[in-house]
Amino acid sequence: MNPALQGLITILVGVGGCVGYFYFSNQILDKVIFPAKGPKAGDNINRANQVRPWLFLFPAIFALGLYLGYPVFETLRLSLTDRTQGGAFVGLANYNQMMAEPKFWEAIRNNMLWLIVVPAASTGFGLLVAQLTDRISWGNIAKSLIFMPMAISFVGASVIFKLIYDARPADTPQIGILNAIWMQFDGGFGSLFVLQLLPTIVLLGFAGIVGYTTFLLVNPIIDREGRRAVPFIPLRLIGALLGVWLVWMSLSSLVGVWTAQPPYGEPQQWLTLPFWNNFFLMVVLIWIQTGFAMVILSAALRGIPEETIEAAIIDGANPFQIFFKIKIPQIMGTIVVVWTTITITVLKVFDIVFAMTNGQWETQVLANYMYDKLFRANDWGVGSASAMVIMLLVTPILVWNVYNARKEMR
Amino acid sequence: MSDTVGTKSALSWAVHLSVAALVLLWLFPTVGLLISSFRTADQISASGWWASLSTSEQVIQVRTGGRDAARQEDGVFVVEGNILTDAEDAPGAVELVSYGVSSRAVSAYEIGETAEFGDGETLTLNADGTYLYTSVEEPGRRGQRVFVTALLPPDFTTQNYQTVLFSGTGQDNMAKAFFNTLTVVIPATIIPILIAAFAAYALAWMEFPGRALLIAAVVGLLVVPLQLALIPLLQLHNAVGIGKGYLGVWLAHTGFGLPLAIYLLRNYMVGLPRDIIENARVDGATDFQIFVRIILPLSFPALASFAIFQFLWTWNDLLVALVFLIDATGETTVMTRQIVELLGTRGGNWEILATAAFVSISVPLAVFFAMQRYLVRGLLAGSVK
Repeated sequence: MNPALQGLITILVGVGGCVGYFYFSNQILDKVIFPAKGPKAGDNINRANQVRPWLFLFPAIFALGLYLGYPVFETLRLSLTDRTQGGAFVGLANYNQMMAEPKFWEAIRNNMLWLIVVPAASTGFGLLVAQLTDRISWGNIAKSLIFMPMAISFVGASVIFKLIYDARPADTPQIGILNAIWMQFDGGFGSLFVLQLLPTIVLLGFAGIVGYTTFLLVNPIIDREGRRAVPFIPLRLIGALLGVWLVWMSLSSLVGVWTAQPPYGEPQQWLTLPFWNNFFLMVVLIWIQTGFAMVILSAALRGIPEETIEAAIIDGANPFQIFFKIKIPQIMGTIVVVWTTITITVLKVFDIVFAMTNGQWETQVLANYMYDKLFRANDWGVGSASAMVIMLLVTPILVWNVYNARKEMR
Repeated sequence: MSDTVGTKSALSWAVHLSVAALVLLWLFPTVGLLISSFRTADQISASGWWASLSTSEQVIQVRTGGRDAARQEDGVFVVEGNILTDAEDAPGAVELVSYGVSSRAVSAYEIGETAEFGDGETLTLNADGTYLYTSVEEPGRRGQRVFVTALLPPDFTTQNYQTVLFSGTGQDNMAKAFFNTLTVVIPATIIPILIAAFAAYALAWMEFPGRALLIAAVVGLLVVPLQLALIPLLQLHNAVGIGKGYLGVWLAHTGFGLPLAIYLLRNYMVGLPRDIIENARVDGATDFQIFVRIILPLSFPALASFAIFQFLWTWNDLLVALVFLIDATGETTVMTRQIVELLGTRGGNWEILATAAFVSISVPLAVFFAMQRYLVRGLLAGSVK
């Protein structure tokens, strides 16, 4: 059958079936099972109204349970069995096998990098654009253009960025913009400025910001003069450890910036440079997600009460103080929401890695690792185990979201 | 907040400039792809796409007339003609800068200067492309090779789109994949809306035990990665006989789209005025009537938001199609899949790749710009607060 015809029939059957189901099930309930007449009319109406919500909900609950609920448990079960032994229960053998693979740890390391860099960069850029476009006349056009990549598929974006990273032999014209720029560097003052001084400033700035945040986290624990209870001590300590690690990382990479001998004049295959290629892949997702962050944060900025800002201006605050001390604290909740939403997207990132490097050159991530295991190695046990790892990483956000949603509903 | 006295103009200039810079940075990649899709393969490899917007200096290879065009004068062979118009693939009227006769010195001579090379050969090239070539020996059949540095005006072609949409063969032709994608997208967008709308109404306006729990479950399922569902559902589809095909992918997209649909629609429906619904109840309307006559029309903005989300998501999806749709024959391939294959096999053919990618992203872009208002509204309502 022609797929278009099949599609049309499916739409008709699907839509007609849904409408028919809802209509007739309501009719049967009201007319046949609990008719609203006779001696027990009142009771029947009440009973019908007790059943009706479940009629409305049944298709959705059924689909959700079958397509999202059941797989969670089935995947858990599969991860504990071995397909080659006829589905025998093997305990944690699949997990052990997975842990022994270097590719898995590479995927974990890369995923952690993605989890730190992409949400931070997207939220940061989004906040920057939202604030800058807030009061300018052509702000809506600018926002619309930065938002545009949201409509582009990960695969389309991969093609777009592959063109940017393209490399040609040294004596032919470069058609990738990155290499075209790279070929301009020759080790002179320009290179010193762009490739060494600027990164140094950026790294020092990053270390400074992280260090200050760490200090803010730890300070209430050390300095307890007020005798006030300090909330979230374990969380604060974990955050502080992470902060110290980030500061150490950024300071140690300073050494690299000054000791490296960049290969000037040679076009680079950007996607094959181990470690750095991860960042070239992340740029794609940042490019897409910034628009999302911007839209939500822009609405949050608009929602800030005008009086707080006016009061700050009267008190003599400069624009930066207003932004960091008045606006940011008021939209902190939204920033967290944006951050966690992007985190979820990052955990599921598959298409970009699949299309651009397919996990070669040390760019593997969990989702692609899982796809490899499931459909190339046909190893459902380890594949399911890695899917469970993704689920495990999502769980804190899931719990947090449910907790917030319930709080909001009360 | 640039109203602080004295700093206003400098700061506002900085703001305008940095926004402009950011917008350009964000547009740059897409524009590159768009422009590349309108260039021929030769143009793409001859220069970066950014050079194609302005008149650019390029070296082109042309040939003088050969043995057949030569006449003998005073013991030397002489060929005259116009290098820019004579040959079949000649570049036409362009402005010449310099020329050369060896690939090692492509711009050795000025225009109008006479080049002497080889065993008594001379060549004079004029600004209008006319040349005079003399040789003591009889010239070869294909004539003398000349490297001309010329100023080429911007030049674009729609040939790539012709190839990708109509005339291309095999992987180069996206027409089939385009319709396959459409076939996946339309039912996968419509069906979840309907199911979700009923469920959302029940969750928003009907009283029953366990409602809060169900809402919490929907919020939880919102973030469950669909990676978990791949193997169990594929097994299930194989077990009930659906296998890999359109039906499977429609069902899968419906299932995966439902949490967001229910969440968005419920949030919207809860905000509808209670009076309308209670008045209708008092007037004797059943829940079914209230839903169809009142709630659905009033919820149009939320329905539109979700429809756009689901459309973009299913159109751009690769993973679900790979797992649930595309079988070994590849007959049902979708555009994203075909582009990934092109990336593997035709990684260097940027004219085909860029055009194929642009065909695939043009539809979502059109939807995006046409219905951006609803998309933004949906995003604001859909992010868990």
